[in-house]
Amino acid sequence: MQLTLEFGGGLELLCNSVKIHSVDVDHKVGEEKVQLTMKDLLAWVRKNLIKERPEMFMKGDSVRPGVLVLVNDCDWELSGQLDTILEEKDVVVFISTLHGG
Amino acid sequence: MEVVAEKPGRVRNCCLCNLRKAALKRPKTLQQICRECFYEVFEEEIHRVIVDNRLFKPGERIAIGASGGKDSTVLAYVMAELNRRHNYGLDLFLLSVDEGITGYRDDSLETVKRNEIQYGLPLKVVSYKDLYGWTMDEIVKMIGLKNNCTFCGVFRRQALDRGAALLKVDKVVTGHNADDIAETVILNILRGDIARLGRCTSITTGEDGPIPRCKPFKYTYEKEIVMYAYFKKLDYFSTECIYSPNAYRGFAREFIKDLERIRPRAILDIIKSGEDFRIATSTKMPEQGTCERCGYISSQKWCKACVLLEGLNRGLPKLGIGRRGIDNERNSRKTIENKQCGSLDF
Ligand SMILES: [Zn+2]
Ligand SMILES: [Zn+2]
Ligand SMILES: [Zn+2]
Repeated sequence: MQLTLEFGGGLELLCNSVKIHSVDVDHKVGEEKVQLTMKDLLAWVRKNLIKERPEMFMKGDSVRPGVLVLVNDCDWELSGQLDTILEEKDVVVFISTLHGG
Repeated sequence: MEVVAEKPGRVRNCCLCNLRKAALKRPKTLQQICRECFYEVFEEEIHRVIVDNRLFKPGERIAIGASGGKDSTVLAYVMAELNRRHNYGLDLFLLSVDEGITGYRDDSLETVKRNEIQYGLPLKVVSYKDLYGWTMDEIVKMIGLKNNCTFCGVFRRQALDRGAALLKVDKVVTGHNADDIAETVILNILRGDIARLGRCTSITTGEDGPIPRCKPFKYTYEKEIVMYAYFKKLDYFSTECIYSPNAYRGFAREFIKDLERIRPRAILDIIKSGEDFRIATSTKMPEQGTCERCGYISSQKWCKACVLLEGLNRGLPKLGIGRRGIDNERNSRKTIENKQCGSLDF
């Protein structure tokens, strides 16, 4: 599945200072397509994009409190947070509120 | 960036206008609202805080303490907007402190310089180098990373006052938000510092000092400030101060954010607790005089900055750090405790 991931508010520093990532996330088990949720995506991001200090990005299986998440420019608190189901070409934005004032 | 259609059926309409899809959930009220309604409630709530607390008088000159970070960038934008919309009649300025931190402050100052043009607000920069003869980089080279936040906090506070005096402003506004204030309440409780606990929740402080400071974002959630900056595509800088070790403060921050996730109202409730503490206590604050050396307000013979500078210039950088400084005990008060820098005193 093609997704665009954007990191802001200092989180880009955790992935080689690259803010925008066009990624292809596999969501198949064998030949069968399965749904990709935000929970799956977070695990994928942690494994594939975060190069340092993962604890700045995640806590448990969710984002660290203070990290805002938007799916297609909509607060993920409105779409079910970890249960949000992603679709082809979705844009997911992560912004830390924890850096600087 | 191209926005793909919202997920059908899942996101509800805005509970205020019922016309557009909701774009965020407000932490303060848990309302689901659209972008346009969000801009309106966000700005008008700040306007109400300004009016209800009589923060400004027509004709006043106001400096916005601008770091290039999210809070002060949004504050500058909203202040300029409200000043126009509601005819406050204020002369607004941006005031920045250049601590002399390579790769951090020089980059964030570039952001403030862009804000100067974007928002049409004149900018004044005061530097540690000009005021004290030392940059933060030079101080750290001398003292190491251990106590640098003591310098950072003391020097920055005074630098902002001196910049405000140069601009001849009546007040300084800072971007401290509700999360910052709740965090400071928690820190002051952990330190047993009830006197500061009262002060840190005041919307205006330093009315007895050279230039009062106020916090129009006292009730504004950090989440909403960041969402506002994101939706409006405001230009801000977001890198941690490289000299900020921040362990204790970071811990309090995490605690606040964990609470917010469970019950967002907790942030406002902590501020309320801080306010009520103030009424219940009557801890005496030290008498204010002026520094014999530089004339800045001080409860002791020399102000904190002068004690620290004396140490630096004599090659004894530990001077003034810790519970007792040099012979500087006019009111037998402790001198400078090793406080974390950040928004505590700024
Ligand atoms: Zn609406
Ligand atoms: Zn510092
Ligand atoms: Zn002095």
